[in-house]
Amino acid sequence: MSSEGGINNGCSRSDHEVFDVAVVGGGVVGCAVARRFVLEGARVALLEKGEDILSGASKANSAILHTGFDAPVGSLELECVQAGYKEYMEIFKDFDLPILKTSAFVVAWTQEQLARLPSIESQAHQNNVDNVHIVTSDTLLKREPNLSRSALGAVSIPGEFVIDPWSSPLSYLTQAVLNGAEVRFGYGVSSGQFDGETWVLKSATKKDISARFVINCAGLYGDQLDEALLGRSEFSIKPRKGQFVVYDKAASALLNAIILPVPTERTKGIVLTRTIFGNLLLGPTAEEQDDRALASVSKKEVELLKNQAEAMVPCLKGMPVTATYAGLRPASESKEYRVFEYEQKNWITAGGIRSTGLTASLGLAAHIYKQYSKMANFLVPLTSVKTPKMPNLAEHKQRDWMQKGYEEIVCHCEMVTKREIDNAFASVIPARDLSGLKRRTRATMGRCQSFYCSARLAELTKDRFIDDLSVDVSGEEHE
Amino acid sequence: MNKKIMQVDVAIIGAGPAGLAAATRLRQRGVDQVVVLDREAEGGGIPRHCGHPPFGMREFYSVLTGPQYAKRLVAQAITAGVRVLTRHTITRLLKGGELEVATPDGLITIMAKRVLIATGVRETPRSARLVTGARPLGITTTGALQSMFYLKGLVPFKRPVVIGTELVAFSSIMTASNAGLEPVAMIESGSRITARHPCELLPLFKGVPLLLNTELEEILGVTKVEGVSVKNTKTGERRLIECDGVIFTGQFTPESTLARMSHLKVDPASGGLHINQFGRCSDPAYFAAGNILRPVETAGWSYREGRSVGGWIADDLERASSLIHDPEVTLICEDPIKLVVPQRIISGQSGGFTHLQLRVCRPVTGELIIENDDKTFWQKKISTLPERRILIPITDLDYFEGTKSLRVYLKE
Repeated sequence: MSSEGGINNGCSRSDHEVFDVAVVGGGVVGCAVARRFVLEGARVALLEKGEDILSGASKANSAILHTGFDAPVGSLELECVQAGYKEYMEIFKDFDLPILKTSAFVVAWTQEQLARLPSIESQAHQNNVDNVHIVTSDTLLKREPNLSRSALGAVSIPGEFVIDPWSSPLSYLTQAVLNGAEVRFGYGVSSGQFDGETWVLKSATKKDISARFVINCAGLYGDQLDEALLGRSEFSIKPRKGQFVVYDKAASALLNAIILPVPTERTKGIVLTRTIFGNLLLGPTAEEQDDRALASVSKKEVELLKNQAEAMVPCLKGMPVTATYAGLRPASESKEYRVFEYEQKNWITAGGIRSTGLTASLGLAAHIYKQYSKMANFLVPLTSVKTPKMPNLAEHKQRDWMQKGYEEIVCHCEMVTKREIDNAFASVIPARDLSGLKRRTRATMGRCQSFYCSARLAELTKDRFIDDLSVDVSGEEHE
Repeated sequence: MNKKIMQVDVAIIGAGPAGLAAATRLRQRGVDQVVVLDREAEGGGIPRHCGHPPFGMREFYSVLTGPQYAKRLVAQAITAGVRVLTRHTITRLLKGGELEVATPDGLITIMAKRVLIATGVRETPRSARLVTGARPLGITTTGALQSMFYLKGLVPFKRPVVIGTELVAFSSIMTASNAGLEPVAMIESGSRITARHPCELLPLFKGVPLLLNTELEEILGVTKVEGVSVKNTKTGERRLIECDGVIFTGQFTPESTLARMSHLKVDPASGGLHINQFGRCSDPAYFAAGNILRPVETAGWSYREGRSVGGWIADDLERASSLIHDPEVTLICEDPIKLVVPQRIISGQSGGFTHLQLRVCRPVTGELIIENDDKTFWQKKISTLPERRILIPITDLDYFEGTKSLRVYLKE
């Protein structure tokens, strides 16, 4: 019998098994935690209430690999961001993950902001990001000729890069599954009991899961999970909406580096960056809201965003917009990551992981494992580890359509082949809904937003999604 | 990896009405190697999925459905000796007519003496319209709905709201009706429909309420569309309309990304290629025809335009001095004139497009004027709506040597 884990594979040995660890939540943090614990030798079950990983906060972010130059000095966030950065740089080649070495500039647009650049530089140095330095507006404009002449100066951060925000966490969980983890989708943990040794986790519709230890990575619902199962929560999530605009590929030629604003206390502010997929991304806004599920785009905010971007990069005016979307960041009442250990309860909560989660996830996973190992039985790390090779979606690397035998290009805007779509359904963690397929292949994410490909895509995906792209009009109405 | 190289006289990008008509004309004019490249599995372009008549009345003297018309266009081209290569995706346009092409059998390079870009238009989808709301399933364009239904027999919803009243919006009501759907409303922010009379009778006939002076405010629903919130632009009154889908119609935009990513000049006003009256682009090896030039015309218009430009490419190949640049006058349009095509005119040349094509941004009445600093060359009172065709005979523009640019504007 292989050591591979599985995805919802009906009756398996796992039905009566007591897992070492149940990871609740399949966002970027949950995926990285599942991987770390599997590598350390744990039997892991990851429980995700959505139909795919990255269905919550992790589906929308700016995809930047952060150096931690601006993280609070001495914070857990800084530690995790820097450890995560380091680990990503160590493993990305093994997974065939892409990296776009863009570098970044924090640009000052007002005298006030200009006056703050030295403190940004010195904070970076305190955080051991030594190659950060101030540049004049001349140097900046030489490197970024399409920026508005009104830029007054900048801090250069050579180590800030762009990565694939979906393939990376998918690769972490894929590795976990390849090495024995079990994943349950549609598994919303509603209640649970702890008898002093073992947790029994319950969901409304699925079979109970038993585990000796629980890691709460439930993101936007992290505080609610603590309340429901521990009876209390040390923090409360205040969803912060971020709206984004994606410009068409022609716009990505306008910038080389990531353009960051001088941050405020509340948010890192609005970023302009190339994406790994060859677009130009603008956002996010920072809007507090109560709803934890609905991330709605608003025309007014998006237009404001566009105006701000056009002030920074005047050539953006008239550039076609490919997509707009909104995501929710699981902010809490405090800026710091909210990691809590409940030793009596065999439980660790990782909450309030905001914008930096994509970078920090690997480091946070290592931190959580370290905390766990103080509280639980010693595990024996895997000696032989399987590592998946991820399909490449990055524009600057070889795409599938460049190799013959792809049969047909299904999504023309993003050049997605039928071979890639077939592979997404046949992969270790297959696509189960349109969003999952989009994240694994980029189908429909281009400028036409499925004007050309929706028919072929509906045909190719029929009966393979939880929610079909087409509805049945021949039969009975069923609401 | 050694890339295969194919050398041709003329390569045409896009096997729609304009591209196929141009190809046929080029062969009829005796041009030897003419290939039409299309990324889809079948040639014919957008008419392939317009499942209802009328198509082809002027081209084939019969009333055809879109798919029948598309088949006729392809058959006509093949009979004329054109090679139609489907599943060929152009990935880059390079100087002098060199094309990088992806095919299921590998990448190839095509070296063409002349290239015609005829990639057409698409409707503006929800995201580029910056509409408020989440991103539930059940939001589509007319084109997507038509290709789903007419090509695959599938539909994404049962009771959609139709946004917009351009001609294509009525086509989406026809499609919905043929597919057994029940559109719950047709919404137009203006006080009258954009398409011409008697289009407004169609929703009436089909029992679909036409809501004028009504703006889409928000799409409701998280995983699936549950309704839309609309606002009356006159009274400010808001209401909810229950529905399970939204069809965004029209607001066509030229499919010009290849050109934007290349060395060719794109006209910010039309969103299409910057051409002279022979359809020639800023690189003399490239031409453009059909809806890539301007949103939006009928299949028949695109066909005739393709045929004309095909003829001028044949003329150009016959002329020895074809690449020499003659002095050109550039036309610059000002709001509310949305676009003018062609954007450049070679002085004192006969042939080429007989008319300038214009569109306006909003309903307007006033004096349409073409002038330079010294002289008014043309002027006429017009009253028109967006998306309506406005034509000005080029021969009426009696401009003189030395004029570099002409203003096209409206005095309201």
